[in-house]
Amino acid sequence: MTNKLPKPEELAQIHWDMPASAWMDTPAVLREGMYCHGVQGKNIEALGMPNPRDWRVEDDDWQLPDDWYNIVMEGLRERLHRFRSLQIFMDICVRCGACADKCHFFIGSGDPKNMPVLRAELLRSVYRHDFTKAGRIMGKMVGARKLTKAVIREWWYYFFQCSECRRCSLFCPYGIDTAEITILGRELLNLLGLNIDWIGAAVAKCHHVGNHIGMEPQTFKESILFLCDDIEEITGVKIEPSFNRKGAEILFVTSSGDFYADPGIFTCMGYLMLFHQLGLDYTWSTYAAEGGNFGFFTSHEVAKLLNAKMYAEAERLGVKFILGGECGHMWRVIHQYMGTMNGPPGFLETPVSPITGTRFDHAASTKAVHICEFTSDLVHQNKIKLDPSRNDHLNVTFHDSCNVARGMGLLEEPRYLIKKTCNHFYEMPEETIRERTFCCGSGAGLHAGEDMELRMRGGFPRANAVRGVRDLHDVNTLACICAIDRAAFPALMDYWAPEVGVMGIHELLGNALVMDGETERSLNLRGEGLPQKPQKDPDVEKSSSSEATPEAEGK
Amino acid sequence: MGLVYALVLVMGLALTAWIGVQTLGLYYLFGVLIPYTAMLIFFLGILFRLIKWARIPNPFPIPTTGGQQKSLSWIKHARLDNPFTQGEAFLRLLSEIFLFRSLFRNLSSRLETQNPSLTFSSAKWLWLFAIVFHYAFILTVFRHLRFFTNPVPWAVKTAEALDGWLEVGIPEVLISGVVLLLAVTLLMARRLLISKLRYISLLNDYFPLFLLMGIAGTGALMRYVFGIDAAGAKQLAMGLVSFKPVIPGNIGSLFFVHLFLVCTLLAYFPFSKLMHPVGIFLSPTRTMPNNSRAVHHENPWNYPVKFHTYPAYEAEFHEKMTEAGIPLDETAPHLKGKD
Repeated sequence: MTNKLPKPEELAQIHWDMPASAWMDTPAVLREGMYCHGVQGKNIEALGMPNPRDWRVEDDDWQLPDDWYNIVMEGLRERLHRFRSLQIFMDICVRCGACADKCHFFIGSGDPKNMPVLRAELLRSVYRHDFTKAGRIMGKMVGARKLTKAVIREWWYYFFQCSECRRCSLFCPYGIDTAEITILGRELLNLLGLNIDWIGAAVAKCHHVGNHIGMEPQTFKESILFLCDDIEEITGVKIEPSFNRKGAEILFVTSSGDFYADPGIFTCMGYLMLFHQLGLDYTWSTYAAEGGNFGFFTSHEVAKLLNAKMYAEAERLGVKFILGGECGHMWRVIHQYMGTMNGPPGFLETPVSPITGTRFDHAASTKAVHICEFTSDLVHQNKIKLDPSRNDHLNVTFHDSCNVARGMGLLEEPRYLIKKTCNHFYEMPEETIRERTFCCGSGAGLHAGEDMELRMRGGFPRANAVRGVRDLHDVNTLACICAIDRAAFPALMDYWAPEVGVMGIHELLGNALVMDGETERSLNLRGEGLPQKPQKDPDVEKSSSSEATPEAEGK
Repeated sequence: MGLVYALVLVMGLALTAWIGVQTLGLYYLFGVLIPYTAMLIFFLGILFRLIKWARIPNPFPIPTTGGQQKSLSWIKHARLDNPFTQGEAFLRLLSEIFLFRSLFRNLSSRLETQNPSLTFSSAKWLWLFAIVFHYAFILTVFRHLRFFTNPVPWAVKTAEALDGWLEVGIPEVLISGVVLLLAVTLLMARRLLISKLRYISLLNDYFPLFLLMGIAGTGALMRYVFGIDAAGAKQLAMGLVSFKPVIPGNIGSLFFVHLFLVCTLLAYFPFSKLMHPVGIFLSPTRTMPNNSRAVHHENPWNYPVKFHTYPAYEAEFHEKMTEAGIPLDETAPHLKGKD
């Protein structure tokens, strides 16, 4: 698929002109490169979900169950009674259009059905037809239409072209949140067995094996130990983390991107180094290994089912609280859903940093602390020694992940850590950061390979802002606190803003961290040469420029 | 298409009232029965809708956060945009209701396809039109209380006096009415001129705008052009509110057109997008505080799910875990292989 990806100049020929035919009369054309593969039967079956069968998106017949119409209508009725958000959002949109050009998928594709308002209308039109009198009587004239198989296809295409980033919700005068529409829309589709495999496979593996990539316990342990070997090579410090250890004070959970693939693993090395330096009494778990939750991209029930392991494991191991790594949607789930879905965890204690004694009262109920909160507190109280000059070859900008920005508000902690670990930090334009941040274009389970065009289109607004600071300030590093970001950005940067690398905050921290008993660092966590320190020798005047030496840029 | 239907619909409604009164002399129908029915539908409709909405639970705390969370004591917390307490959340809601805060954030994006770039600029027009429209509307409605009260309260008189501060024309021009008409026209123009908006607009969007134009337009015609028997109008209004309806002679048919359009708006209100000012009070992304990690939120329909338990997991990976030196749970049965 990737080889069919148009060149950036071609892709950039985006037009926001509206088609001549009304949206309801314009059938959805499912364009290759803009969607993911349909979920495989075995992955539907793994969780006992409805209508397990193998199907292809390209097929005319998606093998829906016989009473698909009633299933969806009953499902919609049930959800209207269960979610005030859905009922209100169906009823009060005035179509003011404020959301229209806030969506990165609309900006990058120009497809009108990617305007948040129309994405919601896809569902709202069916709602009107069956749940409002005006819609029942006046039909199309008042924006109502009957659910058909063509509508199901359209839903599938566009609900899997939304990354649930909630940027539209911020700008909506009533707070209408397309993420809710998409989440519930996908729930309805899942009643018919219409997930995408990139999500369905991850969910099946996570349910059964404990993480999205299906890494078995021994392999999980090996991967972490492998990172420890690398750390020893680079720093001379030997780290021996524990796994499934009962009686540890803290259960540490992060998303599989951090222990599985480049560049997430370098962030993971940062965690390992920090915890070792602190002498933290913590454990990894092979059973609740996954912090991410692709169940959240499937249905509330599957989200709950996968998330349940975290508390179950915390209780089994007898820890006091949970510390969570850098991940976006993982934190949306922990912050806004976990306590309600699977808590309150009476067996845990209000988190207290064992190093500083700081009580994290804002996590008093859920008992889960974000690593950036934890580390910011350490740095603020001078409990760790940092040498930011080791990151002097990096000109850093920061991408706020949608979920922690608009579903939590973790904005300052990561910035504080960047400023303490690097000397060169540049913000992107204010319309594209903090609560107004743009999605990476691959969130909500869309960072597959076959939908690369969708990802490059959706990621365009973010990449455009990165390219701006690259050209203006020679930014060469895009820092982020989300595993999907770290998985998705390298391809996006290569495409739109070449020569910008991607890095987690705890990778920056790992590089800057001065550890007890470490050897002089000559390599960063990626095994690349560190910038030459300015010579202390006063007669070597030519090294007066503290700029990074070109060779330090590494490979 | 919706545009034409909406226009025809509103003109038809106006014509219906005109003919009904002028030709058929149905004063009691248009002056008493329809207004009472419309009021009843308005109040009961809103009440029922409100009850319907309020009975649906908010299963999860899903506020949209628009600023820094409350976390560490030395990090400044954005109380309004990321409320932590119910009180802060209420202030946020008030800022939405009275200042249209979210709309104030509006940006317009500009796309350059050659050497592709995307730039943003502030776009406060929608906010301006919207806020001007709503305040002019409220003020106009408030001024109309002079028809329903005797003696006219001080506040209503003052509002009218302030509204006429321009002191031009006879009778003097009331700014709110003019501004209302202007703002509605601008909102309509926006809907027609911006292609994205035209594409998403429905009959449901054009109809209330034409209706408001009709109401404000007939109001202006009565006041400034044709003139009506204002005392008679007041007599009718007082009769309605005191439940002793009277039809004074010769108020003028234009008045009944105005009244009928108002009745249509009232009756249409509870079943339409016009419910948005009520709905925002229940919109979870704006009403809920962002304290979900500090305070437990209960989902009334929460139900247990069958997740993959640790014992089942250990049973499957028992040998591999043993080999890898991963501690096992003593209480878990040491099964060999898969169960």
